[in-house]
Amino acid sequence: MTALLEIKNLQTEFKTEDGIVRAVDDVTLSVRAGEVLGLVGESGSGKTVTALSILRLIEKPGAIVGGSIRFDGRDVLALAEKDLTELRGDRISMIFQQPKVCLNPVLTVGQQIAEVFLRHRSMEKKDALDQSVELLRSVGIPSPETKVSAYPHELSGGQAQRVMIAIALALTPRILIADEPTTALDVTIQAQIIELLRKLCETTDTALIIVTHDLGVIAEIADRVAVMYAGQIVEEASVEELFDTPQHPYTVGLMQSMPTLGDRRQRLNMIPGSVPRPFHMPVGCRFSPRCRARVEHGLEKCLTDPPALTGETRKLRCWLEGKE
Amino acid sequence: MEVLMGSYIIRRLLMMIPIIFGILLITFLIKALIPTDAVTALFSGTVTEDKAAEAIAQIRAKYDLDKPWYQQFVIYVGNVLQGDLGESIRTRQPVMDEIGYRYVNTLILTAAALFIAILVGLVTGIISAYYKDTWLDVTSMSVGMMGISMPAFFFGFVLIFIFSVQLRWLPVIGRGNFESLILPAVTLGFIEAAALSRITRSSMLDVLSREYIRAARAKGLSETFILFKHALPNALLSILTIIGLQIGNLLGGAFIIEVIFGWHGIGELAVKAIQWRDFTITQAVILISAGTYVLINLVVDVLYTWVDPRVRYD
Ligand SMILES: Nc1ncnc2c1ncn2[C@@H]1O[C@H](COP(=O)(O)OP(=O)(O)O)[C@@H](O)[C@H]1O
Ligand code: SF4
Ligand SMILES: [Mg+2]
Repeated sequence: MTALLEIKNLQTEFKTEDGIVRAVDDVTLSVRAGEVLGLVGESGSGKTVTALSILRLIEKPGAIVGGSIRFDGRDVLALAEKDLTELRGDRISMIFQQPKVCLNPVLTVGQQIAEVFLRHRSMEKKDALDQSVELLRSVGIPSPETKVSAYPHELSGGQAQRVMIAIALALTPRILIADEPTTALDVTIQAQIIELLRKLCETTDTALIIVTHDLGVIAEIADRVAVMYAGQIVEEASVEELFDTPQHPYTVGLMQSMPTLGDRRQRLNMIPGSVPRPFHMPVGCRFSPRCRARVEHGLEKCLTDPPALTGETRKLRCWLEGKE
Repeated sequence: MEVLMGSYIIRRLLMMIPIIFGILLITFLIKALIPTDAVTALFSGTVTEDKAAEAIAQIRAKYDLDKPWYQQFVIYVGNVLQGDLGESIRTRQPVMDEIGYRYVNTLILTAAALFIAILVGLVTGIISAYYKDTWLDVTSMSVGMMGISMPAFFFGFVLIFIFSVQLRWLPVIGRGNFESLILPAVTLGFIEAAALSRITRSSMLDVLSREYIRAARAKGLSETFILFKHALPNALLSILTIIGLQIGNLLGGAFIIEVIFGWHGIGELAVKAIQWRDFTITQAVILISAGTYVLINLVVDVLYTWVDPRVRYD
């Protein structure tokens, strides 16, 4: 089956006072219709920048400087602004980490949902508002008839994210990108939101790209997983393969630091060291300063030559491949 | 909601009373400290010493100027409460007659200037923010900087020189008609527009960097729609606060502009009254401007609740 979304060698940079930061460096990913792709990695690994790049939502001083993004046979990076805005919110939509600040404080919930109908479908204002009430009901907002005229400050974080989901799925897009949709929410709400996303995407056959630093979320919802480290994909596999036989030393480290079930907040074995800072990228493998496997296997190459992402369905970026 | 708003407005109106009372008290104290009064100013150099002394004493008695200042104050407040602003010592006419039409003139000038300031300030501010760091932005901000640093009277003279003296398009001195309103309103409006433009630009830039703007882009909304429907209403919140503060400036600025352009408003009257030491007039002008200022601030605060759903008065 051909991919719905195909990202090849994506490079996204930010101009800063200290120089150019390449937040995403050579990311290759594909998403098939209706599947759930998890994108996981520590904070600062470039997940959000990757997600924003797909919709070309990177703002100055940032820019996509290389690679290609194809959606449904179209070259997204070559689209004119007008065609791009037709795609956004209609065929591909996105929800964010901080739902409360993603809603405009001076517009009602109903106005903010209705405007996607008004923008993308020729619809009367009244019908759009009626539809908004139905959408609110479908995402589990209590008394949607009154909540439709509420302002964002009257919503809880969980409700705000439900509203964001309603907006994003209003026009049954082909792909929903969810950037850490539960990170900012109460632990008790997190599972509900994940379940809601799973259910809605399944019934509408919407592909879901779920971005998270939480392997627990991945285990719950994803079909396939891509692991990101320092702006690159280091491993990609089906969720079963990844949890059964993680191959990249970073993935292994993430698994070991995964909190035990029942207590998500307690981290057990954190990977020692930290994500390399933008201007101090290691010359060879970007994970090499923190990699125990390299020391155990005495791999010299890791310090001088960057490994490439190889493999077909199961991909790996590590010199260790085939050594075991 | 309406009830809450109503009681809020009433409370704010009641709060005006001590404020204005305080302002009056201060002006009376200042008056007590000034050696010359209207009567000496009126007679200075016109009659011989001894004859003058007699006349002065008579007039002083008539206007209660022979009483200590606190007694004068009590009498004055009593009269004001009955709607009597007193009589000009200079013209012997009720102050109300003179001040009424001049107040309307000042309001017309201020409103026209405010209209120009908001129009020019908002438009240039929005353009600057949208085209940040382009030549459009740089030009508009540099012109704005000149507007802020240039004294109002100087700008006024420049406009008079160009449009009245050189081009002869507009009258030099006010006659109360529309044509003579243009120059003073433009002078005052442009000076205020400069400050407003900077505020508009910075609050638009702040708003445009917010997450809800990115979320709006993710919905596929057009840039123009986002600018006017999503960003501007939020930016208006801080802009409105500044406009409220600026109205004070505008009233103060109007006084100077009225003198320069001979616009018959209360500012022009106040300047004359000060020269004449005609305290009844000065007092009335202070009373009316203070009341207007406080009222306008109330209007701005009420507008604020209308624009910002998060603000509720209770
Ligand atoms: N606006 C920006 N300006 C400069 N650098 C940025 C900006 N946004 C992101 N970056 C860089 O990109 C890196 C990855 O960011 P991000 O994609 O947000 O990480 P993640 O979502 O995985 O936590 C950051 O560490 C930072 O160096
Ligand atoms: S390439 Fe070498 S340093 Fe990098 S993860 Fe693999 S073993 Fe570790
Ligand atoms: Mg992120």
